[in-house]
Amino acid sequence: MTDGKDLQKVNEDMRKLLARAAFGRGNFEDLFVVPVFAVVAALVLGALIMLATGVDLPTIGRSFVALAVGSAGSLNAVSETLTAAIPLVLAGLGLGLGFRAGLFNIGAEGQLLLGGTAAVVFTFSFPSLPFPILMLFGLLTGALVGAAYASIAGILKATTGAHEVITTIMLNLISIRLLEYILRQPYIQREGRADPVSKSVPDAGQLPRLLDWLDPNLRLHAGVFLMLLAVAFVWWLLFRSKIGFAFRASGANPDAARYAGMRSGLVIVAAMATAGALAGLAGAAQVQGVLGRASPGFSAQMGFDAIALALLGRSHPVGILFAGILFGGLEAGGRQMQVDAGVSIDLISIIQALIIVFIAAPLLVRAIFPWGFRKITKGGKA
Amino acid sequence: MTFLTKTGLAAALLVGSVSAASAFTACQVTDTGGIDDAGFNQTAWKGVQDSIEEYGIEGRFLESQAEADYEANLNSLLGSCDVIVTVGFLMGDATAAAAAANPDQKYSIVDFAYDPTIPNVVGQVYATDQAAFLAGYLAAGMTETGVLGTFGGINIPPVTIFMDGFVHGANHYNSVHGTEVSVLGWNPESKEGLFTGNFDSLDDGRAFAQNLYDEGADIVLPVAGPVGLGSASLANELGTDELKIIGVDADQTQTDPDRAHVYLTSVLKRMDATVQAVIKAAMDDTFEGGLIVGTLENGGVGLAPFGAFEDAVPAELKAEIEEIRAAIIDGSLTIGG
Repeated sequence: MTDGKDLQKVNEDMRKLLARAAFGRGNFEDLFVVPVFAVVAALVLGALIMLATGVDLPTIGRSFVALAVGSAGSLNAVSETLTAAIPLVLAGLGLGLGFRAGLFNIGAEGQLLLGGTAAVVFTFSFPSLPFPILMLFGLLTGALVGAAYASIAGILKATTGAHEVITTIMLNLISIRLLEYILRQPYIQREGRADPVSKSVPDAGQLPRLLDWLDPNLRLHAGVFLMLLAVAFVWWLLFRSKIGFAFRASGANPDAARYAGMRSGLVIVAAMATAGALAGLAGAAQVQGVLGRASPGFSAQMGFDAIALALLGRSHPVGILFAGILFGGLEAGGRQMQVDAGVSIDLISIIQALIIVFIAAPLLVRAIFPWGFRKITKGGKA
Repeated sequence: MTFLTKTGLAAALLVGSVSAASAFTACQVTDTGGIDDAGFNQTAWKGVQDSIEEYGIEGRFLESQAEADYEANLNSLLGSCDVIVTVGFLMGDATAAAAAANPDQKYSIVDFAYDPTIPNVVGQVYATDQAAFLAGYLAAGMTETGVLGTFGGINIPPVTIFMDGFVHGANHYNSVHGTEVSVLGWNPESKEGLFTGNFDSLDDGRAFAQNLYDEGADIVLPVAGPVGLGSASLANELGTDELKIIGVDADQTQTDPDRAHVYLTSVLKRMDATVQAVIKAAMDDTFEGGLIVGTLENGGVGLAPFGAFEDAVPAELKAEIEEIRAAIIDGSLTIGG
């Protein structure tokens, strides 16, 4: 018995080491058990914080019920969770792919903003195109513009060695102001408005809503298929394709990859462009599926949330999908917390952040709940 | 699963009565400034709070953190609200869409007028330029540098109408007194001016006020919700001899009491009154889609007391402002004319 335990401990340590070395080979516990305990720990800590700010116990209980119900407790909740997850997962996939290739791309925000704007401009520029074509070309435009914008950082890195963290942050700042400028151009700005807001995406350019025949308020749109396709595609790209192998090899050891004959410059630009395409696609999906127009800050910081999401998903496409659904659930549930319990949105943000922090720190969770993991490895009870 | 059952259990133990009673419920969706912005959203929320007190109804609010939240916030209130009030011009599209999808739900929106009107939406708009005109006249009479400043959040009509009135008021003072007071930050003809691009950055409020101060302005009107609180803290540091602020929406000496002494006055936009009127109509079943316009005449807009500057404002100036108020109400003075 004790031998078995020791062996398990060694095994677990080995797995952890391997997991860290391979950057993302999450195991069952990391993927399923840690999140459950992380949520519990975050809720307990969140409850203490709420108590400290003078929220009474029934309200705290009510707000936690609302968080669960609002994220998964009804058809509308599931619809909202998935709707919020779509752009986050798309952008997160791109970032995760970059991380695998050793590129710490902070630029999803800018790529998403410009990609989304390009999709809006394309769709209202060709309103005569029929439905699936206009929609698909809109998405494609978003992806291409996102890829082009990200490539700037890739090319700078490949040719001059400029660090992508700095260049992508700067490109984010440029994109925010650029967007405000673009939205003021007479061709793009909506008629009769003096504030920066674009014309609307025509109906034929919109991602169709999937559940509006049940209830017109359900916002889930066809982007959810796009999200699943992208997960499958990125998985294939990373683990089954030649270029994906080059990405991973360059990320694991750039020197070894170079000596093996991989062209590092090409890998960097290709990885950045793919990441940018996915971020641009995220922006396009958001404007064509939810917003219907571009306005300053329509990204709502998703490009930054996606960084946390990619790290949380251990840069694995499936992990990113689950992380995205978690983020989406927190957003939808957080809204319900406001409605049902009247808890301040600021407190809700803190609880959401706590949940993410705990999930991102599996070792911390294991340290807090050692019994939970022993039981599970022994009995297999999840 | 564990988490669901645990919280469920905890809630069952803790919560006596979860279900809201069948009382009339008024709900509000705020713009991105937040419910505690000491101005715009807070004033509108006060309308719900007053109704809670006077009519014994229930009230709820949802804060929007980004434009993408508008539609989702509106949706999540469905089914539990008798009337939903949205606060802000930028929510115009989302409110119209929600109203079309839910024709039986009563809506009202602050700062947006639909043309044509929507049967289940009441638009609440304000002739804020009338009140801002008085503030511009007052500021022109009080400035020592001969330079006034203003800036807005986003270049949208409910913001720029403050700036229009302010500039026209100062110009009117010039034409009456032969002075040459100038206003920086807004040109009513070209519709161009200074805008922070948001309604939530206090840092921007400080920076824009600093820029205007550096250009010589000693009285600044920030029209950007809580952004103006940043301007107020700059005025607090510089001292009111150097820089005074004119508040917007609410009487900011009341909503921002720590810095009450920096506000020369406030341009009141009585959203609380119109919101309460809409709630009353919904309760009495007299709710009808259309438009409510707040003016100086019906008290929907106005000028707040002069607070710490009550004694500093000359009596003649006060009298002139009263005359102008009367002239605007009886129509003998048109703004921008």
